[in-house]
Amino acid sequence: MNAHMLDIRDARISVGARILFANLSFCVEASAPVTVMGPSGSGKSALLAFIGGHLGPPFRAGGRVILDGADVTDLAPERRAIGMLFQDDLLFPHLSVGANVAFALDVNVRGRAARRARVEAALGDVGLAGFFDRDPGSLSGGQRARVALMRALVAAPKALLLDEPFAKLDQALRRDFRRFVFDNAAARELPVVLVTHDPADAEAAGGAVISLGEDD
Amino acid sequence: MKLWICALSLSLAASGAAGGARADAAWDTVLAKARGQTVYWNAWGGDERTNNFIAWAGDEMSKRYGVVVKQVKLADTGEAVARVLAEKSAGRNSDGTVDMIWINGPNFLSMKEKGLLFGPFADKLPNFAYVDTANKPSNVIDFTIPVEGMESPWRLAQFVLIENSAGVATSPRTLHDLAAWIHAHPGRFTHPDAKDFMGATFLKQALIDLAPNRERLAKPATDADFAAETAPLWAWYDSVRASFWRKGEQFPADGPTLMRLLNDGEVDFALSFDPAEAAAGVEAGRLPATVRVHTLDGGSLGNTSFVAIPYNSPHREGAMALANFLLDPATQAHAQDVRILGSYTVLDPAKLSPEQRKAFIDLPSNPALPTSADLGAVLLEPHPSWMTALAQEWRRRYAH
Amino acid sequence: MIGFRVNPARTFVALALGGPVLAGLALTLAPAFGYLPAIGGGRFNLAPWRELLAEPGFAATLRLTLVVGFAATLLSLGLAFGLLAASGARAKGRGFAFLLAPLLATPHAAMAIGLAFLIAPSGWIFRLSSPWATGFLAPPDFATVNDAAGLALILGLVLKETPFLLIVAIGALETIGADDHFRVARSLGEPRIAAWLKVVAPQLYTRMRLPIYATLAYSLSTVDMGIVLGPSHPLSLSLLSLRWFAAPDLDKIFPGAAAATLQLVVAVAAVGCWRGGEALVSTFGVSALQRGRRGGAVNALGAVLAGLGGVALALGLAALAALAVWSFAWRWTFPNAWPETWTSDNWRRGAIALTTPLGDTLLLAAASASAALVVAVAWLESDDRRGRPPPSRWIYLPLLLPQISFLFGAQSLLAWTRLDGSLTAVAWAHTLFVFPYTMLSLERSWRALDPRYARAAASLGASKGRILFRVKLPIQFRALAIALAIGVSVSFAQYLSTLFAGGGRVTTLTTEAIARASGGDRRFVAVAAFLQAAIPVLVYLWALLAPMGPRPAQR
Repeated sequence: MNAHMLDIRDARISVGARILFANLSFCVEASAPVTVMGPSGSGKSALLAFIGGHLGPPFRAGGRVILDGADVTDLAPERRAIGMLFQDDLLFPHLSVGANVAFALDVNVRGRAARRARVEAALGDVGLAGFFDRDPGSLSGGQRARVALMRALVAAPKALLLDEPFAKLDQALRRDFRRFVFDNAAARELPVVLVTHDPADAEAAGGAVISLGEDD
Repeated sequence: MKLWICALSLSLAASGAAGGARADAAWDTVLAKARGQTVYWNAWGGDERTNNFIAWAGDEMSKRYGVVVKQVKLADTGEAVARVLAEKSAGRNSDGTVDMIWINGPNFLSMKEKGLLFGPFADKLPNFAYVDTANKPSNVIDFTIPVEGMESPWRLAQFVLIENSAGVATSPRTLHDLAAWIHAHPGRFTHPDAKDFMGATFLKQALIDLAPNRERLAKPATDADFAAETAPLWAWYDSVRASFWRKGEQFPADGPTLMRLLNDGEVDFALSFDPAEAAAGVEAGRLPATVRVHTLDGGSLGNTSFVAIPYNSPHREGAMALANFLLDPATQAHAQDVRILGSYTVLDPAKLSPEQRKAFIDLPSNPALPTSADLGAVLLEPHPSWMTALAQEWRRRYAH
Repeated sequence: MIGFRVNPARTFVALALGGPVLAGLALTLAPAFGYLPAIGGGRFNLAPWRELLAEPGFAATLRLTLVVGFAATLLSLGLAFGLLAASGARAKGRGFAFLLAPLLATPHAAMAIGLAFLIAPSGWIFRLSSPWATGFLAPPDFATVNDAAGLALILGLVLKETPFLLIVAIGALETIGADDHFRVARSLGEPRIAAWLKVVAPQLYTRMRLPIYATLAYSLSTVDMGIVLGPSHPLSLSLLSLRWFAAPDLDKIFPGAAAATLQLVVAVAAVGCWRGGEALVSTFGVSALQRGRRGGAVNALGAVLAGLGGVALALGLAALAALAVWSFAWRWTFPNAWPETWTSDNWRRGAIALTTPLGDTLLLAAASASAALVVAVAWLESDDRRGRPPPSRWIYLPLLLPQISFLFGAQSLLAWTRLDGSLTAVAWAHTLFVFPYTMLSLERSWRALDPRYARAAASLGASKGRILFRVKLPIQFRALAIALAIGVSVSFAQYLSTLFAGGGRVTTLTTEAIARASGGDRRFVAVAAFLQAAIPVLVYLWALLAPMGPRPAQR
């Protein structure tokens, strides 16, 4: 597997007349997660939405998103192959744990049994073997977080965006899960952009830190 | 559009003027065109037995002539008149939504005057030959308006009083007796609101009894005539109104509502234009078994129910076939059966063959049903303007 | 940068629903000023207005209309707030929703008929209490229904509008999170009901303006309830207008249109007055609150309102029970408490007589409720793709306009397009009124869905269509079911729109029940009205019981 690379060039985001940031360029390599920090409203989450292709009104954005050398800026979010984890796990409440993961699985994996086997294996990888038919509501916070990560990874992304996914976990769990996320991303050689309020997250990420909205 | 109507009348007149064979052929053409048509019969839907009779007629029409009949149940015949008018205003001159209307009196006058009717057609119907035009004058003169073939008769109606004998010891036979009974039993008598057909009919019946010059009622009402002829009526009415149900300040909306008040025991009298209605009501559990029917001495109002075809009906052949079916002697005998409608025939028995007459003679008799003798003389309706003026004056006086 | 610039669903609604409403208003306005060439009105003039003003009892008509409209709305709002204040958190429970369901889903006409069966002089209440309590051997000779003051009509409206405002309020409560404020007020020494009325109710009210104005507009112009429960002297304005529109004398269309137009003016002016009243209440209310008196009196008032609200809910349920009992009665003589003879014959006869109306009613409900739902989903989904612009308020216009003020004109339009009298035309007319309620019901829950679900799905590679069908719609399943059920019940309730668009040729359970409400065989009317109520209630209960979304098959 080749290492993936994410390149942000001249990103600029505004709301109405207010410019959140401009001329923001950085390059994310698989080995070095980039951490984005800044106060609320500084545009951290908007930056992630811009990279992932989710940014809509009232935001306006400019700049390019280059993934593995290809410009994906004009692609719809589902065509970018950029995975995303949010503050909440956002497991679909109407689907079982396994169906949540299967939702992300490539359509080219055909046959009910084959798909199920792939999902079971993925769940096994995160220590949740046998959880396929469980209702997400019956899982603990840590288990749900791991399902969410596995769901994102099963979609075979080429980059991973983390929008404060550790913020709601308690201290012990947060450390474990953070490690778990970074290890998995590293194993797949995914570039990672992390938005957080917590300096400990940035420290654990170990890469560059971009601070937004500091010179306002 | 006027031109169009003229052309149509001309062509029909031409076919009517020809000999018998030509007429038969013309009628066959009508029936041929009628096949497959759906006739929307706009008819007051307040009477269950009439609705059932119309449904039966529809079944027969479908079996015999391939004509589908759908009843559009009206709360007030005026709705259908208004609809045809709205269509005329929209320039919808050949594909209207009303094919036939159960009509008479003021609604007929209104449509005839405004050119909203197709015809003349009634005298082109083969069965019209049986209609009694001599002894049942209301078949050709509808509320003093000459019918002139613009509508076709189908049933006779006569005004009757229905009383609950449990509360009425002796039937009042005159308005004077009725007034005495009302005074003695306050709150137990009323009539429908005068804007309703039945309510206005009650006032007309009283007017005919009390008017100083009854013959003036046959002419359009002038202000002077109206004041003079109705003065005794209002005097009589004012003398009893305070003893009406709800002190004469509120009135049931229509005949069926009054019938329900009788059944609920709120009043002891109801009014009807159908002498068989009480007997049928007892049968259906809609009236107590103690109800009786009678009329006032000196005769009671009678009139004919007609069907008319709007000028813009796209199914006028089907409607004509239906109008003809309603005049069929067998249909008329069926309608006169008290178990069906109990409405008296518009035909002249003398014009029928012996077998056709037998169907009427064989009808079941019913002790609860008044005989022709019980019903007494039939009085002709006044000119429609009297009904309109009566209703307006009543409203002005009593309904604020 | 995402999705549509122009929401196609919005354009569709504007053209298919908004356009005809405006045209209908215009085509009613013209004859109100004497212009209707087809019946000889070729010139604009004020004669229709002179005829309207000269109508005997016109002042009484106007007074009745205003009294009924304001009294019914004020009472319904008061009872709903009283009930919520007294029941506190319990109002949010599922049991309460089930209690309200029959009252909400029952069409106005069926409720009115049931109430008349209950409170008429020969009604069930007098039958149950006579002669042992009242001494009546025959029904008393005073008006408890169709009374000239309109009290029965006000009561009927309160029975329907109180549950409506209650359910709206319960929904709005969830969005304001007032529980903390309530606790603070109580900790400041306010009794429970007073604390709720002083702190929660004002916040709640501002979220409920639209439904309250809709209630006011409806109460001012109700036709179906007015026919069954209202007085015939004086008539309310909309009934006066309807009578003229249906009069055999075609020239009456002119004053009829004038009355319909006046009805619109009255509704607009009444909403204006109500807004003025809001300003007054808030001025005096704020200064009263600042005086700091603890709410003994307010508490007592709230308790009284809650008690009356309970009575109103109970009366509503009893009215439905009266329909059920009458539908199985053969002979039931006053003053017997129960029928002497029971029968299922009414249902057998009803089944025959009501086959066509029932079929058409179901067809119309299915067509209009599902069409409205599809359009609403298309609208909300394309709004999502456009980054959720603020909601469009104009779609609620049909709820605020008195129906009589544009349906005559709409009928002229339909006659012109040759569509009147067809099921299609009636389904369209129903959708006109179903759609706003569908949106009202669905919009909040749709917009409450965390938009990140869609983003998470997109980041997993799901297309917009897949996100809609596999994520959003299943998660919204219950909200969709409830919106559909509300659509069905709104369609079932349509009277005037069926009458005008159907040209009398389309009969539904509602038109049948109303046509025979006063004079018809009470047992038959009971069958029609009970069916009219039972079907929407069952659909609504199904929706309430529906799971949030279908569970995975393998379980």
